[in-house]
Amino acid sequence: MNNLKVILNGIVKENPTFVLLLGMCPTLGTTSSALNGMSMGLATTAVLIFSNIIISLIKSFIPDMVRIPSFIVVIASLVTILQMCIKAYAPEIDASLGLFIPLIVVNCIILGRAEAFAAKNSAIASACDGIGMGIGFTLALTLLGAVREILGTGCVFTLNIFPEQYGALVFVLAPGAFIALGYLIAIVNQIKKQ
Amino acid sequence: MKKLESTWYNMVIVLTVICIVAGAALGFTNSKTATVIEQIKEQQLADGIKEVLNAEDLQMGEPEVQAETGAVVYRTDHGTAVQATDPKGFGGALTVLVGFDDEGHILGYRVMESSETPGLGAKAQQWFQKDGKGNIIGLQAGNLTVKKDGGEVDAITASTITSRAFLRCVNAAYGAMSGNTDVQSGATSQAHSKPNEQEKGGNENE
Repeated sequence: MNNLKVILNGIVKENPTFVLLLGMCPTLGTTSSALNGMSMGLATTAVLIFSNIIISLIKSFIPDMVRIPSFIVVIASLVTILQMCIKAYAPEIDASLGLFIPLIVVNCIILGRAEAFAAKNSAIASACDGIGMGIGFTLALTLLGAVREILGTGCVFTLNIFPEQYGALVFVLAPGAFIALGYLIAIVNQIKKQ
Repeated sequence: MKKLESTWYNMVIVLTVICIVAGAALGFTNSKTATVIEQIKEQQLADGIKEVLNAEDLQMGEPEVQAETGAVVYRTDHGTAVQATDPKGFGGALTVLVGFDDEGHILGYRVMESSETPGLGAKAQQWFQKDGKGNIIGLQAGNLTVKKDGGEVDAITASTITSRAFLRCVNAAYGAMSGNTDVQSGATSQAHSKPNEQEKGGNENE
């Protein structure tokens, strides 16, 4: 499998949100707006790429029985380092994204890719897998966030489509996340069938 | 390269090494970033005080910390800024910096730290500003409540709990300020808040 194929695999064929249904907690929780969804996706992508590379490099030193705790320590350390760096060097990003960053630790996409891909493949292929999965996750979250934001508040990013009072508040709240995600998965499946 | 066997010895060594390396990396990053983060926080506080008092040049005295509430009072020659925290926001503690003129009218505010829901309670930074829907600028602080509790402030749609916590912060900030100067006792102007309803919750979503 060449590297480009690995990247595309994460975006389309094995999209973490629409196909693998991994990482549902941040997906449902942080997509109340398109911008929030995209920020969460990008932060996850950064962690995913580094965790895949590191785990791929150290995979042969880790005995099978302790691989999960080892991966978790690596991922949690990466997330904490990322959080400290963002706080110190990019306070504007911290203001909009700071809340979501600790959530990345419990995102099962990262542990899932560490298990399913990085622990079996080379560092370069793992980096590509991280990029692909990250882009796929980011696209899915941005799409879901945009749908919820349009239906709920009538605007997306800074573009105002219709006045806020006509929006259905339920889409900004948690139940709307389930409804919107369900329909999006149905649409994606329909498109893939054809 | 062949994988290491899962023997006791290997597992203990590997986990220990990983934890030591991770701990060292974290410690190193923390030592590099801690001072920078501290500076940014101070800078944000200084900017916040200027913003909530609508003033560029300020002469600021020493901050006073209220032992009971933990509120911090910054007195300046352009009014007083108070940072107050309410532990019962929707997502956790809510910290707001509020600027008052000498009579206790609200000049401005800034949400310093919050864990409110993005898209709902997190709107507090815009909602209560002058051009927002629940404008509180210019009001007399001390006993502000949301309309649902009989007050005069429009709560954030679907975020009544956040709005209540926010107003408690503003009122506590005023209390911290007036308690020090004895300007007036506050909490007397509007007595129509219904404290019993606050805990029942009604039908708010957040």
